[in-house]
Amino acid sequence: MLDLLSSFIGELRTVGISVSMSETVDAARALETIDVADRALFRSALCATLVKSGDHLSAFDTAFDVFFAHRRLDGDVDTELVPDAGARDAGARDSPERSGAQLGQQLFDALRENNVRAMRQSAAEAVARYGGVEPGRPVGGAYYLYRTLRQLELEEMERRLVGLSLAANPDALSERLASDDAHQRVEHFKTMVATEIREQLVQDRGAAALAESVRETLPEDIDVMHANREELAQLERALRPLSRKLAVRLARRRRRRHRGPVDLRHTVRSSLSTGGVPIDVRFKPPRPAKPEIVVIADVSGSVASFARFTLHLVHAISSQFSQVRSFVFVDGLDEVTHLFAESDDPAVAVERISAEADVVAVDGHSDYGRALSIFAQRYAPELTRRTTVLILGDARNNYHPARAEALEEIAHRVKALYWLNPEPVNYWNSGDSILSVYAAHCDAVLECRTLRQLETFVGGLN
Amino acid sequence: MSALDPREELARRLGLAEVAPVRFASPEELRVRLAQQDYLSSEAISSVTFLADRLAKPVLVEGPAGTGKTALAKAVADALGARLIRLQCYEGLDESKALYEWNYRKQLLRIQAGRPEGSAEVWSELEEDIFAEEFLLTRPLLEAITASEPVVLLIDEVDRVELETEALLLEILSEYQVSIPELGTLTARQIPMVFLTSNNTRELSEALKRRCLYLHVGYPDVARERDIILSRVPGIATALAEQISQVVRTLRLMDLKKAPSVSETLDWARTLVILGRDELGEDLVVETLHILLKYQSDIEKATREILGRAS
Repeated sequence: MLDLLSSFIGELRTVGISVSMSETVDAARALETIDVADRALFRSALCATLVKSGDHLSAFDTAFDVFFAHRRLDGDVDTELVPDAGARDAGARDSPERSGAQLGQQLFDALRENNVRAMRQSAAEAVARYGGVEPGRPVGGAYYLYRTLRQLELEEMERRLVGLSLAANPDALSERLASDDAHQRVEHFKTMVATEIREQLVQDRGAAALAESVRETLPEDIDVMHANREELAQLERALRPLSRKLAVRLARRRRRRHRGPVDLRHTVRSSLSTGGVPIDVRFKPPRPAKPEIVVIADVSGSVASFARFTLHLVHAISSQFSQVRSFVFVDGLDEVTHLFAESDDPAVAVERISAEADVVAVDGHSDYGRALSIFAQRYAPELTRRTTVLILGDARNNYHPARAEALEEIAHRVKALYWLNPEPVNYWNSGDSILSVYAAHCDAVLECRTLRQLETFVGGLN
Repeated sequence: MSALDPREELARRLGLAEVAPVRFASPEELRVRLAQQDYLSSEAISSVTFLADRLAKPVLVEGPAGTGKTALAKAVADALGARLIRLQCYEGLDESKALYEWNYRKQLLRIQAGRPEGSAEVWSELEEDIFAEEFLLTRPLLEAITASEPVVLLIDEVDRVELETEALLLEILSEYQVSIPELGTLTARQIPMVFLTSNNTRELSEALKRRCLYLHVGYPDVARERDIILSRVPGIATALAEQISQVVRTLRLMDLKKAPSVSETLDWARTLVILGRDELGEDLVVETLHILLKYQSDIEKATREILGRAS
């Protein structure tokens, strides 16, 4: 058991969940005091002792399912959930005799009654029938999942479920409720199918090998430039709590720096009580030095999602800055500050950028030189010593002229100029990337590929 | 390696005469006893609370506002018949508010009163005397460990204190003791159950998290929320409770600024009962949506998306 536990903890650490030595000991002791055959309690014991952040729970679940899945079929464990573990295998073997339609009907009934046990049984049969799991192949099972679900025609089933629970003349509300309900049941079933496939793969290839194929990236470590749709949604969700945390942190830091210059008047006044000896030196309250932020973001294809996240984040905490102005460009430049001012939800404003901002002047390929010189020409007089400028982009200039003198002019006028690049450092200055030309005028050029890096950077702004 | 029960080990370290019996025999029993206090726990809640008792460790409960984190501590205290000692955290909390404070007025009185005419009292005696437990004002944390009767300690919204202040909690969380420089170390007379809650407005320190079991309390699923409504709102029809929990789920699925919490759901349910309704219609939802949603933009969005009409 201890071996299994330590390799499980090894897997968690690989995913990026830091598990300390004392937490390892806690987990081992927890397992000693409980009945490990109680799977739910076993899971809670590991989760409560090893995982200390809500964002890491889903990665924990994946790893747990892989590492402790095969125990289920071994017999004594988890009998309450699958009392007919044997019958389940038998059902899967008998399946050729049963038609696909029968299986479909059985699943539909299970979904309609929300009968978890029957749903799980249908999942097992469906995988045996349609999954076509081939032993020995080093895959994570995404394809098997796709193949199984495609055959089951779940969209159709979802529609039928909605239709069944509705009265003759439904209003919009009950229609929406019914469809959400049906959707959730079907999603629940899909996770069962995924679990089933994963269990078979674990039996086939062993936990450690499979863990590598299905490993989940923590939301803060997802590479923004290469995120798929699901990961983007995950990032979207992580952004709101993140911006709230950042705002609290910035506000606190500002309040804590509570020493302004010496307040002579106040000090003399308070020295009267000590016979004119200034024992207590009084300070003026600090001026709330909120920085002005100007964001200039490349929104051309490859780096657009990074720009959107950064704009979203910066505007979500705009109360922590005295002013935030945003500009977007491809080969033309447009100010989008008003979009954020008009809507109180930055997510909505970010959506509107792509539709409303006028950023293409020539051919729709990034032209940093042109965009920066337009900016310098039009807006440089408005920049002050309190302004911090952030430029977001990969500096891939499509072999246009660099016009670094525009950037130099901007840098001269402002407090600080930072360049955030969503590309990994070793890609910089390769191909048409001319970052080094611009870097000479920047206070810092930073790799910013994940939310974690973005958070660290924004948290340090002042 | 002898498998020493964590509770026994801790009791030995604290020098307690006997180990208190475990409070709950199983997570199932815990769940039933919490249900008697009208607190419906999920599986995660009951098993982590059960483990906290078995391992004699504090529980850090984290999750969105209004999902019953504080209520959990209250329900556990009620179920155990224990006194609930609550420390509400806020920015600027310090040890004189959280741990202890010397009652200096009383100390001054003692110094003045204890000096008879002419006799010079020995200073060291006096010093020993005025730094005795008698002159100590206990604050929640100290109170929790010096209590002789069973207590449940609730450290509420621990994410509100500064990172540095968290350090005040570390000794009591891991050792169940408080060190007072002038007096020595006061150890616990019994092992209290400890709950910390956090709304996750900032990352807590590793040191704090390491000492606790972690419990994430999210929004309940439809069935559990319905049961919560039924148990907390007297006189509500089952069908209405079901409808309410479905509407709330749909709202939570939407991308809102602030999703409705369980406590807001209960407020809504109570309102509907007071209004004498036993079925939800579209108009009723529109009229009372402001009880669930607290931002005008959220209300407009919900009205538009769910009901397909402009507000």
